Amino acid sequence: MLKKDRWRLVLVAVVVVAALLSVFPIGGRIRLGLDLKGGAHILLQAQGTSENPLTDDSIERLLAVLRNRIDQYGVTEPVIQREGSDRVIVDLPGVADPEAALELIGKTALLEFRHVHESTGTVPPGPQRPNYDTQEEFLEAQARWEAVREQFDRAAEAMRLRADEDPDMIMSRSDEGEAYLLGRAYVSGNDLEDAKTDFDNLGRPVVTLKFSTQGARLFDEATAANVGRQIAICLDGKVISAPVVQERISGGNAQISGRFSTAEAQRLSIMLRAGALPVAVEILENRSVGPTLGSDSIRSGLRAGLIGALLVLVFMLLYYRTLGIVADIALAVCMLLVFAGLISLKATLTLPGIAGIILTLGMAVDGNILIYERMKEEVAGGKTPYAAVDSGFRKAMTTILDANITTLIAAGVLFYFGTGPVRGFAVTLSIGIVASVFSAVIVTRALLHLIQSRSRGRINIAASGERGKR
Amino acid sequence: MLFRIKKSIDFMAFRKIALSLSLVLLVISLGLLALKGLNLGIDFTGGNLAQIEFSQPVGVAEVRDALSAAGQDQAVIQAYSDNGVLVRMSSYEDGTAQEILSALRSRFGEIDVLRLEKVGPVVGEKLRQQAFVALAIALGGVLLYITVRFRFRFAVVSVAALVHDTIITLGVFSLLGREVSLPFIAAILTIVGYSLNDTIVVLDRVRENWKGLRQKGIISLVNQSINQTLSRTINTSLTTFLPVLTLFLWGGPVIANFALALLIGILVGTFSSIFIAGTLLGEWYSRSPEKA
Repeated sequence: MLKKDRWRLVLVAVVVVAALLSVFPIGGRIRLGLDLKGGAHILLQAQGTSENPLTDDSIERLLAVLRNRIDQYGVTEPVIQREGSDRVIVDLPGVADPEAALELIGKTALLEFRHVHESTGTVPPGPQRPNYDTQEEFLEAQARWEAVREQFDRAAEAMRLRADEDPDMIMSRSDEGEAYLLGRAYVSGNDLEDAKTDFDNLGRPVVTLKFSTQGARLFDEATAANVGRQIAICLDGKVISAPVVQERISGGNAQISGRFSTAEAQRLSIMLRAGALPVAVEILENRSVGPTLGSDSIRSGLRAGLIGALLVLVFMLLYYRTLGIVADIALAVCMLLVFAGLISLKATLTLPGIAGIILTLGMAVDGNILIYERMKEEVAGGKTPYAAVDSGFRKAMTTILDANITTLIAAGVLFYFGTGPVRGFAVTLSIGIVASVFSAVIVTRALLHLIQSRSRGRINIAASGERGKR
Repeated sequence: MLFRIKKSIDFMAFRKIALSLSLVLLVISLGLLALKGLNLGIDFTGGNLAQIEFSQPVGVAEVRDALSAAGQDQAVIQAYSDNGVLVRMSSYEDGTAQEILSALRSRFGEIDVLRLEKVGPVVGEKLRQQAFVALAIALGGVLLYITVRFRFRFAVVSVAALVHDTIITLGVFSLLGREVSLPFIAAILTIVGYSLNDTIVVLDRVRENWKGLRQKGIISLVNQSINQTLSRTINTSLTTFLPVLTLFLWGGPVIANFALALLIGILVGTFSSIFIAGTLLGEWYSRSPEKA
């Protein structure tokens, strides 16, 4: 064995050992993208208004409120970062309920206790035919109901007109369909000290509020002025409930009941504690993946990868025999290097990233195929097997490099322009290309020399895949 | 062995047929793209997407019924398994997804929301632009690299081959009406890389055989090069095709379209590296020999 060949073997051994050390134990070492471990990726656009323009300060406060809400919601390792001048990226790994996360992030959550000028009642549900004996009675009831609804609509329309004229008034509807003409806000969420989820005596979830000193004073005044009348509790301009004030409340405590579930009540109390967003936000982009889909994707990716790998291994073995075994070992080393590369570069593995690895499975043996086909040509041209290995490698080398560099150019462009999952694909593809060139050129060559020195140069190249030809 | 080529095949004899076939496919693809267009996903159009799994098998018609009852009759519904559907809406107003989900909940009871995506129009527009820029830069970079490493004409024919592969892949997607989303762009760029990889191996051999040009003439030189690299071309296509096929079959619904694009690209890319790049080069040089 030549000295150069020995060094090559040593290099391969060192690289393989280093890769093994960095890869095992593999559990939890690979960073998974949100599409694999589940989670939400949200891009927010802050929206300024003429009264509330966007400033550096308001964006910073927006980030702070978002961070606060997310921390209280209990997300581990969230990413909350500013993008450009007026956008915010929020990554929430592992949230099980993407809808809830969106609600938590996107809602301004401005709570206000407002004066009620007027309100319509709820429109009763329309009559149902089975409840009436005759068709005539039913039609009569329906006509009565239509009349009530029309009256209701007219009242709501009148309210809207008044609200349009008077800048201090707003018209709002509740979830149940009642329309309200609301006046000024007595007290808002900014005057809160705390908000908690609790249950009322009927076991329904409620949010209990504790006002700050100033808030308690304002609330005291508001209730004193409205005994026997309604006060509307609005969230982002929508009426949650409008209880009638029974008595003056001076203790600084209040309770919001509405038609919410326990989870909704918890979310509301988190948002109230963290405070309203200083500016409204619009959700420009949201990609949420539930945890089941993520683990499904990993499982199916793994299965596809294993079957694909098996097919390639078997093909190489059948077609190239001894040389095929060498190629298979080189492929195994290549895969090991891909995972070692992913881990040591702290790259994020995404679903398209898994696809990139599977694609690499096929492209990795290309180097071996190029070299082997060359070696066969050299042997056919009359070279000894030993010489054929060397000249085969030399001649295949430029081809391998040219072919892989062009693929690398495409992968590089993808990395530069891609975001999230697509970028993950570019990463694994690039790592795969580099690893496959190493394994085809260095590992394969080292192994072939090892075999040749053991078998004193009698490696049967021409016979591989050419059985029966000669 | 199945793929052993015993004697050399006169590929260049088929060049007129091969080029005409390609031309027909190209015209059909471009026609499809112009008339039918691509089924652009929400990544590019903006909109909402929900992947939902029901606790019992539910038909597409039932889902459509439930959604139209809730006033969401614009939704595109696609079943990917007995219990699972993808619902796509071009509306991107906040709350659209919530409306859809609550409509489905009230009809079918508890549902499992596997995936929820929303892309606003601004982002969709940005992503679309980026996709075009990325493709243009990739093509430009590759053209430059091959010009430096080979000859300009080699670069032109390999770019022609990969544009050919890309257009036909797009054409097949238009024909099948498969959804085109962001990973699809990644697939197209990969096809660009793969198609080149394949073509370059052939052209590399042409370059190596170049000194025999005077003696043999360009046509037989190209033919010889294609034959010499043929078993490599076929073997590599196979080893690449097989894993991607497993990805298409078993990789799950999210990645299936991506894998399909790659499969088509690999097939067309193999064809073009055998029949298109070399034949174009042969035609070009035999019509106007390059001045040395």
